[in-house]
Amino acid sequence: MPKLLTGAEIVFKCLEDQKVEHIFGYPGGAVLPIYDELKNHPSIKHILVRHEQGAGHAAEGYARSSGKPGVVLVTSGPGATNVVTALTDAYMDSVPLVCISGQVPTHLIGTDAFQECDTTGITRPCTKHNWLVKDINDLSKVMHEAFRVATTGRPGPVLIDIPKDIQFAKAKYKKPNKEKKINVKSHNKFSQDQIDELVKLLSKAKKPIIYSGGGVINSGPKASQALREFVELTGFPITSTLQGLGAYPGDDNQFLGMLGMHGTYEANNAMHDCDLLINIGARFDDRITGKIDEFSPNSTKVHIDIDPSSINKIIKVDLAIVGDVTSVISKINKTIAKRKNGHSKSNKSNIAKWWEQIEKWREKDSLNFVNSDESIKPQHAVQRLYELTKNKDTYVTTEVGQHQMWAAQHYKFNKPNRWMTSGGLGTMGYGLPAAVGVQIAHPEKLVIDIAGEASVLMTMQEMSTAVQYNLPIKIFILNNQYMGMVRQWQELLHEKNYSESYSEALPDFMKMAEAYGCKGIKADNPADLDDKIQEMIDYDGPVIFDCHVDPNENCFPMIPSGKPHNQMILGPNDQEENKIKGKGKALV
Amino acid sequence: MVKSKSAYSVPTKKQKPDTYIFVIWVDNEAGVLARVVGLFSGRGYNIESLAVAEVDAVKNISRITIVTTGTPQVIDQIRLQLTKLVPVHKVAEFKREDKDVIFKEMALFKIVGKRNKIEKCLNACKKFNPVILDETKSSAVIQITALRREIDVMNKKLKPLGLISTSRTGAVAMTRGAKIFN
Repeated sequence: MPKLLTGAEIVFKCLEDQKVEHIFGYPGGAVLPIYDELKNHPSIKHILVRHEQGAGHAAEGYARSSGKPGVVLVTSGPGATNVVTALTDAYMDSVPLVCISGQVPTHLIGTDAFQECDTTGITRPCTKHNWLVKDINDLSKVMHEAFRVATTGRPGPVLIDIPKDIQFAKAKYKKPNKEKKINVKSHNKFSQDQIDELVKLLSKAKKPIIYSGGGVINSGPKASQALREFVELTGFPITSTLQGLGAYPGDDNQFLGMLGMHGTYEANNAMHDCDLLINIGARFDDRITGKIDEFSPNSTKVHIDIDPSSINKIIKVDLAIVGDVTSVISKINKTIAKRKNGHSKSNKSNIAKWWEQIEKWREKDSLNFVNSDESIKPQHAVQRLYELTKNKDTYVTTEVGQHQMWAAQHYKFNKPNRWMTSGGLGTMGYGLPAAVGVQIAHPEKLVIDIAGEASVLMTMQEMSTAVQYNLPIKIFILNNQYMGMVRQWQELLHEKNYSESYSEALPDFMKMAEAYGCKGIKADNPADLDDKIQEMIDYDGPVIFDCHVDPNENCFPMIPSGKPHNQMILGPNDQEENKIKGKGKALV
Repeated sequence: MVKSKSAYSVPTKKQKPDTYIFVIWVDNEAGVLARVVGLFSGRGYNIESLAVAEVDAVKNISRITIVTTGTPQVIDQIRLQLTKLVPVHKVAEFKREDKDVIFKEMALFKIVGKRNKIEKCLNACKKFNPVILDETKSSAVIQITALRREIDVMNKKLKPLGLISTSRTGAVAMTRGAKIFN
């Protein structure tokens, strides 16, 4: 007779077999049996957060920086509803999460019991799949299946709802099936013919561009390696979405910077004028495309994606290749190499003119800003932060808003998995807990949350978590006293009616740091900025850095609503030069 | 043009929508219908009619038939999104005009009135395999199987003849000949 285990024991057996080392969670009545079992499993470390949303974002930061699924453990009712924002965030940005939630005992389900909610009902639209385990004999199978669903294909969050009586009930434990590898392969649905067709397009292109996205990061470090080889082999220019930053080195000459609403002039114009557009692991998000009708009007479009439903969803493409980015690009690289053996002619000369055009766009220097000796410009602050941390293997998270865009524009990433930001859902309050998760996964590395003062207040309490586990995260707040992006839109779109976007009362972040038991640093003078940043980097422990910046700075360049890529508003230098200030604004 | 104040793009010109029938094979488990229907409502797709029942008790498979409208692009998305759901095994879709596919709806009509009116009702339904399921001196329940628009027509036509209640199903579909959906 095999040994019978309780539901709580089975949960941990599964976590051990799935090689889980960290879980982020918060206890409560309906998960107490699982928490009771925690002590018997020393290989699994639990990180106690201060709010379940924080657990979710921390698990996201953990997953995105390590490539492993993040695991979350919460109680029923409010525990589950609090984690919904993080699950939705993970769903939008394709982050593998496994969330285990407690539920009231089976016989009480549906009776409006204390801390009961329809967890599987609430989370159905924001997970890849979810399960309510009503029979203890299903538990091990469901747990393993959950990890498989979360991590294969296009990754995403899953949730397992376990009633309290199931956590006590006993059953036999079943090991995971070994058929995993077959499933991974089944996501590759492309043929050599498609690869050949793409290679043919590559050789004919005169004005090509590669547009890569988060899919390259999700496919693992090998995908970034293959992408770099591909870009080198072809000599093509490459631009990246917000989520794809780091897959290709940000300081390389072939990299045009980020594209989209706040992308560079050269990247967006190249997207508009190109004759061949190769989308690798991106999804034609509305922040990228601008006006659909006028999106890259004269190009042949190729889309490489693991998710068939991403193809032709927004932009109709001419060649779709469904598969894992690593496999597809490696195949392309091999095919190119083979062809070159026959006749070594590359088409680099074909695209020389295209590069000349791109260099002309580059001369606009669209990320420029008017620096100041009196106040710290937020862009300058990010640039100094980059210069002082670029020689370390730094991990950066962000909140959402202007600071996020400035970080994306001015901080250059050379490796994948170093940049964690909430792109799809745009969750203010993501960065601080995400930094906690990143630091747990990489205890020796420098982890910085580039934050805004409004965003960071949404999940500020997680500083307490950072202090508890002595996680030396650096919260670099670009404090402009406004919800900056809201203020910018109100300035440009709503006749400067700054309705409720100014925080009349803000906490003293220095005192706040003291209250949490971490270090506070304040900077308001450009002359001291470097020294203070260095002080932050050198301090061994969590830091809240209150960087007072010019409150009226706007994030440029910007594509106004309903406009195509080639009608951008540029920064103040250019606006003065061309005297389009009034007209440019009217375009918005 | 009116100046847009939105940071989202404005909707672009739409193609003409067509009516399609989706047939979806799913695991018969708790919540599966909610997943399918939730996908439709969550992504703004339309459901004209819905029919669902278990078709294989051994393999635990249910068959869902959904009539929907959409542009070819939307219909493609519906198929691809449905295919992504974990309990979904197979998805087939076809245009309503497709000659190779039969689809039928069933309706129950309750008629209250004198014998001669009930006779008239039966007569009117003649083309649609009418079956009398219940009969009294002053009432009858008639079952017919027909196309949606035919049932719509009958529904109107029988009103003056004593129709007081109609109950109808969603469409179910089957291919003609030896072929099956794949």
